[in-house]
Amino acid sequence: MRIGTLKESYIADAALFDSRTQKVWLAMGAALLLLFPFMASDYWLYLACLVSINVASASGLNILTGYTGLVSLGQAAFMGLGAYTVAVLEIRVGSPFLLNLLAGGFVAMLGGLIVGIPSLRVKGLYLAIATIAASFIAHFLFANTAFTGGTGGLTVPPAQLFGTLLDTSFRLYWVIVPATVLMLLGASNLFRTRVGRAFIAIRDRDISAEVLGIPLLRYKLLSFGLSSFYAGVAGGLWAYFFRVVTPESFPLSMSIFFLAAIIVGGMGTILGPILGAVFMTMVPELLKLAVDLLPGGSELTVFLSPVRTVLFGLLIIGFLVFEPHGLAEVWRRIRRFFHLWPFRN
Amino acid sequence: MDWAYLFEISLTGLASGGLYALAALAFVMVYKATRVVNIAIGEMLMVGAYLFFTFSATFAFPLWIAIPAAVLGTGLLGAVIERTMIRPLLGEPPISVFMVTVGLASVLVGLVEMIWTADQRRLPEFMPNTPVMVGEAFLAPKVFYGALIAVVLIAAVLLVFRFWRGGVALRATAADPAAAYSMGINVPRVFSLAWVVSAMIAAVSGIIVGSIGGISSSMGVFGLSVLVVVIVGGLDSVLGALVGGLFIGLVEAMASTYLGGEYKLLATFIVLVLVLMIRPYGLFGTHEIERL
Repeated sequence: MRIGTLKESYIADAALFDSRTQKVWLAMGAALLLLFPFMASDYWLYLACLVSINVASASGLNILTGYTGLVSLGQAAFMGLGAYTVAVLEIRVGSPFLLNLLAGGFVAMLGGLIVGIPSLRVKGLYLAIATIAASFIAHFLFANTAFTGGTGGLTVPPAQLFGTLLDTSFRLYWVIVPATVLMLLGASNLFRTRVGRAFIAIRDRDISAEVLGIPLLRYKLLSFGLSSFYAGVAGGLWAYFFRVVTPESFPLSMSIFFLAAIIVGGMGTILGPILGAVFMTMVPELLKLAVDLLPGGSELTVFLSPVRTVLFGLLIIGFLVFEPHGLAEVWRRIRRFFHLWPFRN
Repeated sequence: MDWAYLFEISLTGLASGGLYALAALAFVMVYKATRVVNIAIGEMLMVGAYLFFTFSATFAFPLWIAIPAAVLGTGLLGAVIERTMIRPLLGEPPISVFMVTVGLASVLVGLVEMIWTADQRRLPEFMPNTPVMVGEAFLAPKVFYGALIAVVLIAAVLLVFRFWRGGVALRATAADPAAAYSMGINVPRVFSLAWVVSAMIAAVSGIIVGSIGGISSSMGVFGLSVLVVVIVGGLDSVLGALVGGLFIGLVEAMASTYLGGEYKLLATFIVLVLVLMIRPYGLFGTHEIERL
């Protein structure tokens, strides 16, 4: 129970950021995000952009899986749809950057709606496997249609915004991070609305939700659409960031990565996918740094990739067995400990 | 249309379908008893094949030791998995358990790459080499004998689970765990049993699959086709696993001959989508009625 948060109106009660402490912390976080590019090296800026893209996509998946309870293993395929849309538009049409991103989001959304159609009849693991099928079909389409460049893929020219060429991690940071922050704000606001609450009702028991007057198909499709819109925009950013899009860029293992990220972070919370995506992206990098520091590191690099694979699996298993609510729950526990510290703990 | 050729393709398809049926049997056994969708089935297959590789090629054991040793080793792995990862999650939502098997798949792939490296290996030859002719049609000997072993093993497993006490206990648990518990069946032991037997069947099919196409750390992809097989047949139906296996084997053989190799997985997954649309619980699966 938090103290010192007296509410005098419903608006104050429903506010997204309700306490002063929270606002102070958020302001500090924002300041850190603003200052970070001026302090960090190129390598850390590169990581920051990558983490940011992953956070965006993971929070999209969280809308679908964490809040609506529909497990999807197709998030990477939707990112691929977004990335390909952006690449094709950039190369063949030359339309402006922000428009391309939005178009990528909407094309992915369309794909999500199509994949979501079976979700009324099949659910749970059957749905998860149906989304695996969708991602294989998407991979096939990427590799075998004329305007996607086949297996060789497409090379994307650097994006341009207000006459500035976005060709370094430093410049891209100012586009990618704000886009992610916007999407996160959107997601946290979504669950203060009727639609978001309907999603949660469907997750908790879809038949009860239907009895309560929530049209299941419409809301499940909406959830699929929103989640893939996030994936599409993230994929578009991905395309501008890596500047090469191939069918192999968005494998099934990437979808598993996003699912793992929201499990490790904590499903059904806004903080979860942020923590999870940061953690899961950073662990392999930290592992690499650790190996470099070890004596005789060069011989150990052979084992780097398998160790990473094992660690990835162990993290998923470990969190599910020992900490099913993820890092978000750990964070909550830490916060509660310091709440009245040092007077009581 | 060349009918003789079509016949030959169909035979090959059915024979490789037999292998799918065997692996699908391993999958269904776990699902029926414990309601766990084991997506790591392809990776367990791979572990069986690699253990066989170690025992027969590295340690140069004779065949009659190497095969049982590999099968027992994989069975042990199944027991360990059940005890350390599946049992603690008893009663958790099925999605969590599913994700644990996803993690397990990753761990197994990583371990195999660490111990045996990611290179492709060949298993020692142990099946007869003479081509098999069925009427006019030619059948690759490995595929034929592999399918033969699969059929014999499937029949043996079905008989054992029809008449053996443990098999009856397993079927009782699958029908109703609570009732089975109250009748004195040790349900946790049945869960272990299901995982061990499933891992052992997976090991055998891994050895066969590996001796046909070689072994590598990406062998787990076979598991994806198996997943399609069990969804098409119905997750909890043994009959479905067998029919689905043959059907998918046939579809893959047709697709890769008449359309090209890259269409193989595509055809499989399109079949999957169609089945999910028409019969979401599979061809022979139980249609569960949800109540509030």
